[in-house]
Amino acid sequence: MVSANAELAYNSKIEGDVVVSRLDAVINWIRTNSMWPMPMGLACCAIELMAVAAARFDIARFGAEVMRFSPRQADCMIVAGTVTYKMAPQVRRIYDQMASPKWVIAMGACASTGGMYRSYAVLQGVDRIVPVDVYVSGCPPRPEALLDALIKLQAKVSREPAARQLFRA
Amino acid sequence: MTATPVAALIQERFPQVAGRPSGDWPAFNVPADQVLAVLRTLRDEAGFDVLTDITAIDAGLGHSPRFTAVWHLFSTTGHTYVRLAAACADAARPAVPSATGLWPAANWHEREAYDMFGIAFAGHPDLRRILMWDGYPYFPLRKDFPLAGLETVLPDAEVAAETAAKVQAAPLMGGPFVAPPGTTMDEAEPRAGDQSWTEREEKPR
Amino acid sequence: MATEYTFPDSGAKTAAAAPGSEKMTISMGPSHPSTHGVLRLQLELDGEVVTAADPVVGYLHRGDEKIAENMTYNQFVPYTDRLDYLAPLANNVAYAIAVERLAQLEVPPRCQAIRVLIAELARISSHLMGLGAFGIDVGAWTVFLYTFTEREKLYKLFEELTGARFTTSYTRIGGLARDVPDGWPGRVGEFCDQFLPRLEETLALLTRNRIFLDRTAGIGVISREDAIAYGLTGPNLRASGVPLDLRKDRPYCGYEQYEFDVPVGTKGDCYDRYLCRGEEMRQSVRIIRQVLKNFPGGDWFARDARRIFAPPKDKILTSMEELIQNFMLVTEGPQLPPGEVYFEAENPKGALGFYVVSKGGGVPWRLKIRSPSFCNLSILPKVCVGAMLADIVSLLGSLDFVMGECDR
Repeated sequence: MVSANAELAYNSKIEGDVVVSRLDAVINWIRTNSMWPMPMGLACCAIELMAVAAARFDIARFGAEVMRFSPRQADCMIVAGTVTYKMAPQVRRIYDQMASPKWVIAMGACASTGGMYRSYAVLQGVDRIVPVDVYVSGCPPRPEALLDALIKLQAKVSREPAARQLFRA
Repeated sequence: MTATPVAALIQERFPQVAGRPSGDWPAFNVPADQVLAVLRTLRDEAGFDVLTDITAIDAGLGHSPRFTAVWHLFSTTGHTYVRLAAACADAARPAVPSATGLWPAANWHEREAYDMFGIAFAGHPDLRRILMWDGYPYFPLRKDFPLAGLETVLPDAEVAAETAAKVQAAPLMGGPFVAPPGTTMDEAEPRAGDQSWTEREEKPR
Repeated sequence: MATEYTFPDSGAKTAAAAPGSEKMTISMGPSHPSTHGVLRLQLELDGEVVTAADPVVGYLHRGDEKIAENMTYNQFVPYTDRLDYLAPLANNVAYAIAVERLAQLEVPPRCQAIRVLIAELARISSHLMGLGAFGIDVGAWTVFLYTFTEREKLYKLFEELTGARFTTSYTRIGGLARDVPDGWPGRVGEFCDQFLPRLEETLALLTRNRIFLDRTAGIGVISREDAIAYGLTGPNLRASGVPLDLRKDRPYCGYEQYEFDVPVGTKGDCYDRYLCRGEEMRQSVRIIRQVLKNFPGGDWFARDARRIFAPPKDKILTSMEELIQNFMLVTEGPQLPPGEVYFEAENPKGALGFYVVSKGGGVPWRLKIRSPSFCNLSILPKVCVGAMLADIVSLLGSLDFVMGECDR
């Protein structure tokens, strides 16, 4: 699950009080282990999202139990449920209000592709209005599947060139 | 009409009201101008104090009358239901009276029937769309409106400009693939509804 | 975005703003932790007090009724799961009974007993969720975690029975998808035995809690006349003093065989609604125990329904006639006679009604879903006026609605 971090190495006899590492490694380590989700809980998947936050599946193990409904304080928007055309502009607005760096998990069939609702009112996939990083299939996905998606997102984030993005004006 | 107390009451007061074939509860076909009077009688004298549902049925293009509004009432004392149906005279501009004066519950049900079918409820204080957004140009539950929907703009102009997204017809790939209702066994083979081929390809002619 | 918002007249008395102050219009939702899904409340505030409220629904309108006109009756069952997605089994049962009424089909006693069992388990599941969400909205985190632990046990039972944790799609027209697994009724009994003390423990966190009482007693009072006039059903109606429960007054699916009480409130405030739901869970356990004690054997589907319910799988794979029958059922759907029916079931949120209009064949001509949450929310413009903003949160939590059902 979590591999040994070869980026950060510290030997007190040699370095003393100084830790030498790649900046990317440190920044991504901090980001992945405190990924605060913004739960865009729209429909049934929101119930599984709540189950992930509850005691049995415990998303707090991954540092993500702080579900911030205020987009300014969130890192990752989990779109859980069917996005209708009426709701789509609000989802986009909330995405825009989130501060960088931000990621999106499309949870469930409805958020990924419109799901089983091929109708006049349903946006066929939230990736038509926001860029999505991880898609989770299932209707609804099991909580373990959502945790797997979070882990995949963590793996994706840990490969990002964070330092370059930070120092780009 | 089947012989129930409510049928006897209605027959006596409103001779123009006819019985409606129904699978369960007493049902009546009422002329649109008498609907409010019948509803009031049922509420005040027959004890049907709850308005449980207002909806509509579209018989399809070419049928006359095309739109029928349906009311369901429930009695908390007798624990039975009654169904009223009124046909809208004009298929181009369907209208029936509004029951909001009798029950405040009618408000949202009538807004929904207007939103889905375009039936105007005369006397409704605030007839605007409730399930679709205010500027939506179509009435989705009409039979000539495809399940996949028709293209239009997103409800919010700023987001539409930023993302270049529109309300598009859902990709049904020639579907929905279903047997048409009301047909005999030999014609009831499921056929493609031929709606919205895909959004990238037009239907081959 | 428009800056001026005109509020429609709600029939409630509104006070003019105090001289020298202005009213503020804010939009609560659609993305809000306390609106239980995508409900938007356009509120006009005079300081902390709400002077007008206009709910905007439809953010989860997925076109279920239009979809129903393009699906066979059995193909629509998964869509009924996602109506009230906190109690999917109850919706499945209500839909199956409504369509069977059209076909004038009676299911055997075992099928009815299983349906009652799953409907009551779904009721417990939904009320636990309602309780948890209500608790977390007014600030009680522990209640949420406790109720979700119990719900996880229910999910385990549902998963064993149907294959899915909560979107179950378990009923079919004329019966069920499969029989109960061996030992499952015993496990349901074990769940009930350990659930009652846990329920008391959870309710004890709130029932005499000073903070909870301050936030809910006397808040959001719905009078008896208003409840009837606005078409409220379910615990919301009963808390306002109307003793109406379709399981007792218009019994279906064999409910008349079971003894249970129906909690009725007196004041119609948020606290009464909370108490009604708590008591309903205890009564549901009582019903479940009675079902388990006299669990009938026999068929779990209607055996004489050749054009409605699929024949047994082993016959389909070996005998030509059953193969053809299965093929016709799957492609064209259960063949129902022309006609129309309206059936309401006592679902956890209220009376869920299905109005099915059929012109014959396997696909409905019109399916109207009478949603209890839609009707329960229609009273908001009246009840919100005069409440403070924090009370709105209590009110929404106590009404326990679900947007999937409201918007369909």
